[in-house]
Amino acid sequence: MAIARETDAAAIKIGGASVSRTRLLVLVAVAVLACVLPFLVSDYRTFQFTLALIYAIALLGLNILTGYNGQFSLGHGAFYAVGAYTAAVLMDQFEVAYYWTIPAAGLACFIAGFLFGFPALRLEGLYLALATFALAIATPQILKYDALEHWTGGVQGIVILKPDPPFGLPLSQDQWLYFFTLGVLAILFLCGWNLLRGRTGRAMMAIRDNPIAASALGVNTGLYKTLTFGVSALYTGVAGALGAIVIQFVAPDSFNLFLSVTLLVGLVVGGIASIPGAIFGGVFIVFIPNVAEEISKAAPWAIYGVFLILFMYVMPTGIWGAIRQAYAWLVRQRAA
Amino acid sequence: MDLFLQQTLAGLAIGGVYASVALAVVMIYQATDHFNFAQGEMAMFSTFVAWSLISYGLPYWVAFFLTVIISFAGGLAIERIIVRPVEKAPVLNQIIVFIGLLVIFNSVAGWIFEHTIKPFPSPFPEQPLFGNNYIGMHDTGVIGVTMIMLALVFVFVRHTPLGLAMRAAAQNPESAKLVGVRVGWMLAIGWGLAAAIGSVAGMMIAPVVFLEPNMMVGILLYGFAGALLGGVSSPGGAVIGGFMVGVLENLVGTYVPFVGNELKLTVALVLIVAVLLFKPAGLFGIVTVKRV
Amino acid sequence: MMLTKRALLAAVATVAAAGLAGTAAADKMYGPGVSDTEIKIGNTNPYSGPASAYGTIGKAIQAYFDKINAEGGINGRKLNFVTLDDGYSPPKTVEQVRKLVEKEEVAILFQNLGTPTNTAIHKYINAKKVPHLFVATGATKWGQPNKFPWTMGWQPNYQAEAKVYAKYILDNQPDAKIAVLYQNDDYGKDYLEGFRAGLGDKAGSMLVSELPYEVTDPTVDSQIVSMKNSGANVFFNITTPKFAAQAIRKAFDIGWKPLHFLNNVSSSVGSVLTPAGLEKSVGIITAQYQKDPTDPQWRDSQAYKDWNAWMDQYYPGGDKNDVSNAFGYSAAQTLEHVLRAAGDNLTRENLMKQAANIQDLELPMLLPGVLVNTSPTDFYPIEGMMLSRFDGKKWELFGDVIDPSKGS
Repeated sequence: MAIARETDAAAIKIGGASVSRTRLLVLVAVAVLACVLPFLVSDYRTFQFTLALIYAIALLGLNILTGYNGQFSLGHGAFYAVGAYTAAVLMDQFEVAYYWTIPAAGLACFIAGFLFGFPALRLEGLYLALATFALAIATPQILKYDALEHWTGGVQGIVILKPDPPFGLPLSQDQWLYFFTLGVLAILFLCGWNLLRGRTGRAMMAIRDNPIAASALGVNTGLYKTLTFGVSALYTGVAGALGAIVIQFVAPDSFNLFLSVTLLVGLVVGGIASIPGAIFGGVFIVFIPNVAEEISKAAPWAIYGVFLILFMYVMPTGIWGAIRQAYAWLVRQRAA
Repeated sequence: MDLFLQQTLAGLAIGGVYASVALAVVMIYQATDHFNFAQGEMAMFSTFVAWSLISYGLPYWVAFFLTVIISFAGGLAIERIIVRPVEKAPVLNQIIVFIGLLVIFNSVAGWIFEHTIKPFPSPFPEQPLFGNNYIGMHDTGVIGVTMIMLALVFVFVRHTPLGLAMRAAAQNPESAKLVGVRVGWMLAIGWGLAAAIGSVAGMMIAPVVFLEPNMMVGILLYGFAGALLGGVSSPGGAVIGGFMVGVLENLVGTYVPFVGNELKLTVALVLIVAVLLFKPAGLFGIVTVKRV
Repeated sequence: MMLTKRALLAAVATVAAAGLAGTAAADKMYGPGVSDTEIKIGNTNPYSGPASAYGTIGKAIQAYFDKINAEGGINGRKLNFVTLDDGYSPPKTVEQVRKLVEKEEVAILFQNLGTPTNTAIHKYINAKKVPHLFVATGATKWGQPNKFPWTMGWQPNYQAEAKVYAKYILDNQPDAKIAVLYQNDDYGKDYLEGFRAGLGDKAGSMLVSELPYEVTDPTVDSQIVSMKNSGANVFFNITTPKFAAQAIRKAFDIGWKPLHFLNNVSSSVGSVLTPAGLEKSVGIITAQYQKDPTDPQWRDSQAYKDWNAWMDQYYPGGDKNDVSNAFGYSAAQTLEHVLRAAGDNLTRENLMKQAANIQDLELPMLLPGVLVNTSPTDFYPIEGMMLSRFDGKKWELFGDVIDPSKGS
């Protein structure tokens, strides 16, 4: 599968040690900016950025599966929904505190993803696309299913309460949820980064690039692929749980097929097989439809579609890929 | 006539619709080596073109063939202008472009033609077939048209030089180029053909489900499932797959207890995926051997 | 002379009002989103996505406000309608409504469309104390002034409508065996619940078949075949236009001739019965509250002519076959009434108070005798409905206006 194959090693080679220092500086700058951001903008904007961070977590999950392991998924909205409903049902029916629902949603989705990974092993390319697509289609129907209505609230969904900041922190609810989400994101991104640059990550990428060679080298292809599915679902599920808490509402209509398609769009637009790409993808998902709508109320989707196509022309390796190319070009210019 | 027979007949009737879409899906897969997610929306848009032509007062068959020609030209143009820049891009980039096309067609159709349902004429007389009420002349006509398309596609792909060149371009573009096949144009013709077949499918479907911008959303999914069930490498298999999906869906909805109509699509999809686990290339597909 | 007289009366009225309000000089009171020149009104609609068919309601409202503005606005203030796309996705609705309230600072929300979407903002908007007026959904939960004093419905609620059919069946067909086809979402289930409640203890014995369909289903043929086989002699058809037309046609084609009740949502002559086949629709019963602009019996009424002229002038791209365009027109007129009644006291509290004090308001495109009525304890503006039977050309109204809230 011809998914972008850049690795982080390439970037470091270009500029040598000085790049890593620049990198560190950029990272610190980004972290500082992320922390002061909610104090610079309104609560409404903070809420939008929180949503972008949530989608970024979901996209990193999808990226681990598709970008790094080469398995297609058109159905990650399903795991997002499982995470969201796990959080909502725990809070609504069992009065669990919101922060405990995050690991619970992650665990539930890890198991769901791991189990789904088994049939997925036997399917490739289009067939895997269909199987995951089926998952996306089935999700809202199962959420509406009568027998589960007692927990899921059926077609009416579940309304939950928005948490207040703890310890009397002088923050608004939106600011607190932003920082809470940012914390979860930081932990998950760090774990993801560690996972992907290590032995496991190399095995995952080897399977993507050449499964037969990978198994010849002693990589347990089946185990890695199912585990990758599980981890990917875990990330997306955590994002779903955060989404439920921030939106304060879950309903079958929130998790239709289009959510899965949106996640796929965010993945490719942000940048495949890149960790920072997930953040850009998240920003795209939240903000670009609003821009499209500003341009035309009559047919906002038409504008959105044009954006998608243009993006693929201008930035075939996604936003992060474009940034890296621009940076590499700059470095070359300076060297010359 | 008992319920089982009635449901089977009704399933065959709608299965004919799925089969025609499955055939279009397989055609574009064979001609271009990828799935076009916008295929359904393109078919819907073609059907609106036909509807406009008929509204202007053209006779049905004139409008029918004009639409096929317009769709062919449209498909060709879309490939040359919109898809070409991502021809060599990774699969996922192409999928995003297809998603872009899908939302554009859906949105523009809603904007131009509005969302109220439009009755679309059938070329076949409205009367029951052999006195039964469950499969009418139109349903039979859909099946007939699908079969004719299947035969034409088969003859074209297998027995004409152009068909051969198209297959070569899709399956092994590098080698095809070496023997002088103009790969880019072959892909464009593939798109044109798929759009033309899609427009026929759309015009056959619209009288059954009524014409509106979201007409194809559900149907494309069923057609897609039918194509995979039958096997993407086999046009005949895809047609059979389409019929099977139609019947399966009805019988699951009617007879499986507890699940009933509420989860019939879910159950049908699970069954299809289960079949694929045992026959990964579909029921009638050719298993390709992978070489390292 | 007339003019001066009217001016004098107006002056007297203003002074009186000012005196009553107890304000010395300031006879103008403004809440957020209101100025001397404009009133900002927020709305969300599905302009994209699976429910984009309803987007035309938002466009019709905009077109009606354009008409008001072209005629000088309301008390000199132009209506600034800020309508945003939510794609019928509850998370997006939350985002867009927060934008409307916190960034655009609209005075009120008006005609936000959809049940799940409005549910997602229900608590938020009441906590913010922003009038959430005349939501475009027939769910029953929008009329709870005690729990949600800032939210109000508009159209007759689905449950009340279903109860009208249930009562008709109990009165006229005691041996009914009923089959119900419903869309598997909040709208379908709300109707079904109301219907069951209306049948009371007869529900168990009368209902012989209840089959759902999904909006993604290509057809409902299979369900109709099963229903015919259930031996039902009454059919309650809870479907949106496309599926309604399919169901009517299929039932006729396979020779099933039950007493057919069709929900109001899909009762348009032009956009449902005509595609299905007028001859196949004879005998269908529905409950109506609006004049169906595609029904030939209203062609000569002044109300239709006005609506038609407005469509031509302000919404030329709109589809005259789409009943939603009459729906948006009447809803916008209801808001117009509220804004005029509020006069220069345009605080959110007063707007809500005016919305909760509408008395016997007649709207041209509602059926004669169907009036808009609200009170601080009644947040269901339109409740009257009339049963009608399709005679092959038009809806033949029969019986009186039925108002379920007034008991019967």
